Amino acid sequence: MNRKPLIEARDVTRVLPGPVPVTLVWDINLTVRQGEFIAIVGASGSGKSSLLYLLGLLDVPTLGAIFFEGANTTELNREAQAKMRLAHLGFVFQFHFLLPEFTALGNVMIPMRKKGALGEAEIEREARALLAEFGMEEYAHRLPEELSGGERQRVAIARALANRPALILADEPTGNLDSKNAQQVFDIFKRMAEKNGQTVVVVTHETHLARQTHRQVQLLDGRIAANG
Amino acid sequence: MRLILDIAVTHLVHRKRQTLVSVLGVAMGVGFFIAMAAMMQGFQRYFVSKIIDVSPHIIMKDEFRTPPRQPVEQRYANGAVRLLNVRPRDERRGIKNGMVVIDAIARQPGVAVAPTLAGQIFLRYGTKDVSATLYGIEPDLERRVTFLEQDLIAGSLNGLHTTANGIILGSGLAEKIGASLGDSLSIISPAGVILKMKIVAIFRSGVTAKDNYESFALLKKAQILQDRANVINQIRIRLSDINQAAALARSLEARYDYRTESWEETNKNVLGIFVIQNGIMYSTVSAILIVAAFGIFNIITTVIHEKERDIAILKSIGFNEDAIRGIFLLEGLAVGVIGTMIGWVLGYGLTELLASVRFSVEGFVKSEGFVLYYTFKHYLIAGSFAMVASLAASYLPARKAAAVNPVDIIRGGV
Repeated sequence: MNRKPLIEARDVTRVLPGPVPVTLVWDINLTVRQGEFIAIVGASGSGKSSLLYLLGLLDVPTLGAIFFEGANTTELNREAQAKMRLAHLGFVFQFHFLLPEFTALGNVMIPMRKKGALGEAEIEREARALLAEFGMEEYAHRLPEELSGGERQRVAIARALANRPALILADEPTGNLDSKNAQQVFDIFKRMAEKNGQTVVVVTHETHLARQTHRQVQLLDGRIAANG
Repeated sequence: MRLILDIAVTHLVHRKRQTLVSVLGVAMGVGFFIAMAAMMQGFQRYFVSKIIDVSPHIIMKDEFRTPPRQPVEQRYANGAVRLLNVRPRDERRGIKNGMVVIDAIARQPGVAVAPTLAGQIFLRYGTKDVSATLYGIEPDLERRVTFLEQDLIAGSLNGLHTTANGIILGSGLAEKIGASLGDSLSIISPAGVILKMKIVAIFRSGVTAKDNYESFALLKKAQILQDRANVINQIRIRLSDINQAAALARSLEARYDYRTESWEETNKNVLGIFVIQNGIMYSTVSAILIVAAFGIFNIITTVIHEKERDIAILKSIGFNEDAIRGIFLLEGLAVGVIGTMIGWVLGYGLTELLASVRFSVEGFVKSEGFVLYYTFKHYLIAGSFAMVASLAASYLPARKAAAVNPVDIIRGGV
């Protein structure tokens, strides 16, 4: 694959300050290209999630920098980073993190409403289309508590895709799902990468799922132990 | 922004009971403020208007604020002179050239002037002796200066002219000695003169001090009683614009040297009480609203604590700090706005309730119920105070919410 790099970590180190400083990741160099579907794997505590948060601009590296489409994002202020997340990034977490008071449809509409690029009617149509894509159309008006774990996760993915982000970051998205639902989620990610050209970075410790991606990055004690 | 409002409203709607308690806290603060303010200001305005109606706006008296300077002090104004044991001269009391002064003052526009001789008397009727102040007046001038004529509940001001020795008593005074219209009583003055006088009218001004201690007779009769022929010792002045009173009093005093008091000065004790009264009212109501503000602080802090995950996810979606802060400020504002509106209704209801309460009380003035004063200003003051309180109460937790680090929450959740 010879596409242009979408997101790059250059010499990234993240240390949690404190009486006993904790090094989360150490001197990471990683390039993810457009349309790639990669998995970050490793034992728990190896820094997988920390790296994902750094790539997702939720956290700021202590040393080094994160580049998005060639631009240094580490120099940006939090306001600008929030704007980038809204426009280009989509997150999926192990826990669905849906807003409990909003329906499935309402949850999917939130990022689009926040972005404010479309009218209310269009946003609703888009959101319904997204839910339909994951077979969740008929659950549109249910509250999260009325959905099963797999269904919630699909709604959460639909919400992550709401603003058609270039980069989707998933942190243990299948951690709470049975194998059937887990497989479905990975199929969705694969389809997004291969059909839509979106870039997907998944953190997982399930090796048989990680093997379905294009590339696995193995972390060990905060360093990259294997890449490929 | 619609979305932020949506989220804020959702939070409040999903914790109905707590929201209701906070809203009611604000509503009560606002409502009580409105009712109390209506009551206090109503009373104060009623009282002031009574004073303004019943008494002259300016009274010039035959006394001096400072004793006259002795010749030696005038001669050596800056000298090291000390006079001890000066005995004041026995002067003939009264305003010198009173009628000339009156003519001069009356020439100013918007001014009505009347001469008065005030003095102490004893009323004797049956077995009762009651002391009172007797004002000798010229009825034709007096009716332009005070509302004595309007305050008469029996008889008429002209009775002073038509009856040989007529006297007008305050209703409280008449009650005390047990006499009524048409009765004759003995009037004894400090000068030792005794006159038989007939009650030709009774007045009730509503100001207790006046009704219980004042009486009126013709100026001539008063002068005979006090044995002070052709003397007046008070000049009573009424203005068409009461706000000029203090200024005119000052200039008259500067010109004639006699102590000249405007109604504000005469009643400054009472007006001073009003300032304290208002202070008490404002602090009581502030206390209620501060408690209400704690309620708001509490609900928003709880919401934020419970919604940390939501805040984290909203941040990861790309909500900036302003938007997060905005959600919780809006929640505080919503509680404030709804509370204020309910408080307005509550306040209106309370004032109506107070207005219907009937009782009889005799304090500074006689009244048969709460005198209430309705004004939009009270609603506005209460509303803005509530708004400031709710915004201040939500600002601190909102700032904390904006500072939530999503990574901490998401990592903790895993």
